[in-house]
Amino acid sequence: MSTDNVTFTSAESSDSYAGSYDTTEGRVYSVSGGDWDTISGAPEGEQDRIVVNMGPQHPSTHGVLRLILEIDGETVTEARAGIGYLHTGIEKNMEFRSWVQGVTFVTRMDYLTPMFNETAYCLAIEKALDVTDQIPERASVIRVMMMELNRISSHLVALATGGMELGALTAMEFGFRERELVLDIFEMVSGLRMNSAYVRPGGVAQDLPADGEQKIRDTIPLLRKRLKDTADLLVDNAIWMGRTVDVGYLDLAGCMALGITGPVLRATGLPHDLRKTQPYCGYENYEFDVITKTSADVYGRFLIRIEEMEQSLRIVEQALDKLVPGPVMIEDKKIAWPAQLSIGSDGQGNSPEHIKEIMSESMEALIHHFKLVTEGFRVPAGQIYSAVESPKGELGCHIVSSGGTRPYRVHFRDPSFTNLQSVAVMSEGSMISDVIAAVASIDPVMGGVDR
Amino acid sequence: MSDPSVPVVPQGVEELDIIGVRNGAFGAVDGGDTSGFGGLVDPIVLPAPAQRPFGGWFDEVSDELELALQAHGLPVTEAIEKVVIHRDEITYHVRREHLVAFTTLLRDEPGLRFEMCLGVNGVHYPGEEGRELHAVYHFLSITHNRRVRVEVSMPDGDAVIPSIVAVYPTCDWHERETWDFFGIVFEGHPALTRIMMPDDWPGHPQRKDYPLGGIPVEFNGGTIPPPDQRRSYN
Repeated sequence: MSTDNVTFTSAESSDSYAGSYDTTEGRVYSVSGGDWDTISGAPEGEQDRIVVNMGPQHPSTHGVLRLILEIDGETVTEARAGIGYLHTGIEKNMEFRSWVQGVTFVTRMDYLTPMFNETAYCLAIEKALDVTDQIPERASVIRVMMMELNRISSHLVALATGGMELGALTAMEFGFRERELVLDIFEMVSGLRMNSAYVRPGGVAQDLPADGEQKIRDTIPLLRKRLKDTADLLVDNAIWMGRTVDVGYLDLAGCMALGITGPVLRATGLPHDLRKTQPYCGYENYEFDVITKTSADVYGRFLIRIEEMEQSLRIVEQALDKLVPGPVMIEDKKIAWPAQLSIGSDGQGNSPEHIKEIMSESMEALIHHFKLVTEGFRVPAGQIYSAVESPKGELGCHIVSSGGTRPYRVHFRDPSFTNLQSVAVMSEGSMISDVIAAVASIDPVMGGVDR
Repeated sequence: MSDPSVPVVPQGVEELDIIGVRNGAFGAVDGGDTSGFGGLVDPIVLPAPAQRPFGGWFDEVSDELELALQAHGLPVTEAIEKVVIHRDEITYHVRREHLVAFTTLLRDEPGLRFEMCLGVNGVHYPGEEGRELHAVYHFLSITHNRRVRVEVSMPDGDAVIPSIVAVYPTCDWHERETWDFFGIVFEGHPALTRIMMPDDWPGHPQRKDYPLGGIPVEFNGGTIPPPDQRRSYN
């Protein structure tokens, strides 16, 4: 069909939504809308029912969270959360890797709290191996220190993204700037800012660098000053309070029924903190307060995060004082990772001394290295549940071993996953804008929710 | 020949919980085992059931449970299959038909008061005939600062257990996740749909008979097979 034969039929030109007419410049099309009543075909009596999908790609939903909101004007009548958009099969993949390799997987789950994921996992393995009391003191202190620094960085992101979602962009800039200080420490200690795989079964991957302790000490005053700046920006801020006070209410009974832990639970006044009730890594030797509020709203959770960061700094200071020279990996050579890391011309890798030993000095050391790295250690059959108080609540790790060198099953009870269930009860009956505040106060991280 | 009327297992000896058998020193199936232990046959045995006294607060909780179960007309041995204590953690293996009654008691009895359920998780033991699928629940009592684990097992062909969402609403998403990954049907769940995988996904990915998948990766001139096809030492 040649182009000069194309003509427009009268039916096309009289299309009520895409009409056209001839001008001296050629044919002009105009596309106009129609009336919903004539085109939507909505069933009788359902005209007013509007379901809005917020996300999974939406700047206010903390990653790929999909909120399905049924609205009546500005009021949310029904809210449901859809998840699974970031499911990566981490738990399944871990069944095909050695116990030690699992650390690199769990660190990527809730990517804002890598130290907590790793510690929960390693504590479970150590309990299964029955070596919990053989973990060197220095390793536990470093774990505590890294976890508390991580708590600060996680809470800062909660404030930063929460602030951004409510329009407080300065809070976001402050939050991410301060988080950088913590990430710098992580980079100095583990070599990586995120996904550090630093906590390993039996201890930690590497001792602090020579000037590490001093650098952390030097960072604390700056961090403390800047945390205060961030707090000053928001705590008595009338706009901030207008958006958060009495918003996203969830009381103690609701928290218990829904299994909510962390700042959301403590905002109801219950001082439940696993660091106090079921201490691990020697938390019983540190002095700190469990922060509670009684408002059970978004503002209360915000205040708890602000004050918890101050408590975390207290713990980091105490941990620095507790640091005494010593090993950072378990004595047991059947479990301890044989190599130490160093930085060479081609990046981070095994230290030259270790390479020299296994490659040219000791064949037994080479066999030992090879067996432990490729085959790994065996964990007695049985199941273990270990839990740590992550910034978001109880992070549980359930491992099942069949006595092999690989996990038989690993399951993480991620606090974000459980806490997200409260979106409905927190936001139904409120305005759409309050949904954003409620979700921000839960501080879900979809990497952890979907795993 | 042995007399079939005489039990093979003497009285008072608990049956071992064997979930599989491992062969050779490394469990490798490809290539020869040159270690000299190629003929090794090693059963995988889960921790054996515990006998009274359990020690510590385990007895206290078990006493409370037994009294509460009896008060509700449930003989203890009928509801609880066995109790396993491993690494200072207590596990009650509960028969599935009594799961709701059992968890209700866990929540409501003043001496137990496990206010918080930390969700349910599935474990697939294809080698354990008649009890292939397990659902594992963890409970926390904030009042008494205690944790218990409850385990329910079911055969693969009849993977149906009652839902405890009515008792612990937090299990809503956890049960959906367990259904999604293991195909365990929680009867009475308000809306048992997939939660992680797409709605039209075939199969239940965390089961042991579901392959991991993956493609070979070429790197630096060599080819690395996907993780489930590499040589393993399990």
